[in-house]
Amino acid sequence: MNTTTIDIIWLSLGAFAILVGLTFFGEVLRARQDPNTQNPVLETFMTRVQSWWGMVILIGLAMLTGKIGVTVLFAFASFAALREFLTLTTKAQADHLSLALAFFVIMPLQYFFVAMEWSGLYAIFIPVYAFLLLPIVSALRGNANRFLIRVAETQWGLMITVYCVSHVPALMNLNIAGQGDRAILLVTFLVMVVQLGDLLEYFFGRRFGRTKIAAGLSPKTWEGVACGVISAMLIGGLLSWITPFGLWGAMAMAGIASLTGMFGNIVVTAIKRDRGVKDWSHLIPGQGGFVDQLDSVIFAAPIFYHLTKFYGVA
Amino acid sequence: MNILRPLAARIVGQSIRLFARAITAVRADWQGIEPIPRQRVYYSNHTSNGDMPMIWSVLPPALRRDVRPVAAADYWLKNKLRAFVGPEVFNCVLIDRRPEVDDKPMDKILAALDEGSSLIIFPEGNRNMTDADLLPFKAGLYNMGLARPDVDLVPTWVANLNTIMPKGEIIPLPLICTVTFGASVHVQNGESKDDFLARAAKALSDLKPEVAS
Repeated sequence: MNTTTIDIIWLSLGAFAILVGLTFFGEVLRARQDPNTQNPVLETFMTRVQSWWGMVILIGLAMLTGKIGVTVLFAFASFAALREFLTLTTKAQADHLSLALAFFVIMPLQYFFVAMEWSGLYAIFIPVYAFLLLPIVSALRGNANRFLIRVAETQWGLMITVYCVSHVPALMNLNIAGQGDRAILLVTFLVMVVQLGDLLEYFFGRRFGRTKIAAGLSPKTWEGVACGVISAMLIGGLLSWITPFGLWGAMAMAGIASLTGMFGNIVVTAIKRDRGVKDWSHLIPGQGGFVDQLDSVIFAAPIFYHLTKFYGVA
Repeated sequence: MNILRPLAARIVGQSIRLFARAITAVRADWQGIEPIPRQRVYYSNHTSNGDMPMIWSVLPPALRRDVRPVAAADYWLKNKLRAFVGPEVFNCVLIDRRPEVDDKPMDKILAALDEGSSLIIFPEGNRNMTDADLLPFKAGLYNMGLARPDVDLVPTWVANLNTIMPKGEIIPLPLICTVTFGASVHVQNGESKDDFLARAAKALSDLKPEVAS
C-alpha cells in the first residue's frame, strides 16, 4: 500500500467519524423528543445524513479503485444532472437528435477525453465543438420557433452539468512537481471543503443570518456566507497536508472554492425559481436532485482546476 | 414450454421496469390517493407508446400483479414479439378496433373487472398529437363507471413522455418522467355522460405538473 492509498483510507475514516457524530447527534435529539411527535427539521436532517453516508461510501470506494473509479462515478453524476437539467429546459421535437447526441455522444466523449488525459481537448470540446455543432443539428429540422432559447438552454445544461462537473475528475490529471499520484487527493480536498463549507454556512446562516444577499431568491445571508467561507478555509488549512499548496495556499484555495460554490448555488436557485420548481428531482432522499447536491461543486470545480494548474506552472 | 413462458414473461417485465427506471428515473407521485390494493381503473393521458409501460412500472408489485392494461389488438398482435409482450408480460385486455369485427369491447372490459382485475385505460382513444392537454374522452370511461360503480376511477397523469419518445423518433431521450395519481372519481347519481367526462378530464389535467418555460 502506498502513501496515497493510506491517506485515502485516513480521509474516509475521518469522514466516517464526522458522520457517526452527526448520526449520533440526530439519534440523541430523536430520543429526547416526545415519541408521539415528529420534528420535520430533524427528520430532514436524518435523511440528509443517510444520503451523505451513501455519498461518502461511494466516493471512498471510487477513490480506492483509483482514477477510473472516480471518473466513472462523476460521469454517472453528470448523466443524472444533465437529465434533471434538460427535463426543465425549453425544447421542441426538432431538438430530439441534438439532445440525444448531448446525452449519448457529447457526455461520454467528454469523460473519455478526461480519462485519456487529453487536456487540450476536454478544455474546449463542449465550449467549441458542441457549441457550434449541436445548433446545426437542430436547425436542419427547420423549426425556428424559439430557436435561440432552445439551443442556448441546451448549451447551458451541457456546460453546467457535463463540462463543469468533468473538471472534478480532471483534477487527477494535474501533475504538480513531486506530487506523483497524489493529484487524486485534490478531488477529496475540493469536495470536502466545498460541501462542509455549505453545511456550516447553512448552520451559521440560520443562527446569525441578518442581511440577505439576494432577497426574494435565496435564503443565503452575508453573515452565513462569511462564516461558511471562514470555516471552509479552516478545514482547508487542516487538510493542507493532502495538497501541494502549503498551509496558507490551501486556506486560500479552500476559501475561493467555497465562495465560488456559494454564489453558484444562488445562480442555480435562480434557474429553479424561474422554472417554478423546488428541487431538480427526487433522486437523492432529503437533498432533491443531483444538481441540488452538486451545484456548489459545479461552480467551484473549473476555477479550482485552473488555479491549481497555474500554481503548478508558477 | 408452458412452464418457461411465464418465467420469461416475468424476466422481460422486470427488464422493462429496470430499463424505464434507468432511462427516465420514473417515479410515482400519489396525490390524494394511496397505493393500496383496491380495484381501480387508472385512466391516463396518451402521448406515446411508452405511457402504459411507465404506469405499469411505477405501480408497487402487489398492485402491478392485478392490473391489466386495455390495449389495441392490431398493435399488440402485429408480430410474435409483441404478441408475447402484450398479452403475457403486461397481461393486456386486447380490444379489436377493426370496424368489420363485431366485437363488443365493453363486454371484455367488464369481464376483466368482474374477475377482480384493475385496469389501465386511455380514454382519449388515440395518441394525442396536438398541443392541447387532452383530446375529448370517448364514452368508455363513463360506461364503466356506470356499470361498475364500486370501482375507483383514478386519474393518472404521465408527464414528459411526448418529449422522451415522440412519434417518429427512434432513440428515447433520458429525461425524468413522473406519473401522478390523483383522487378517484365516480359517476354520480343522475350525472350526464358529458358532465361526467368533462369532470373526469379536468381531474386528470389538474394533475399536470406546473413547470414554467
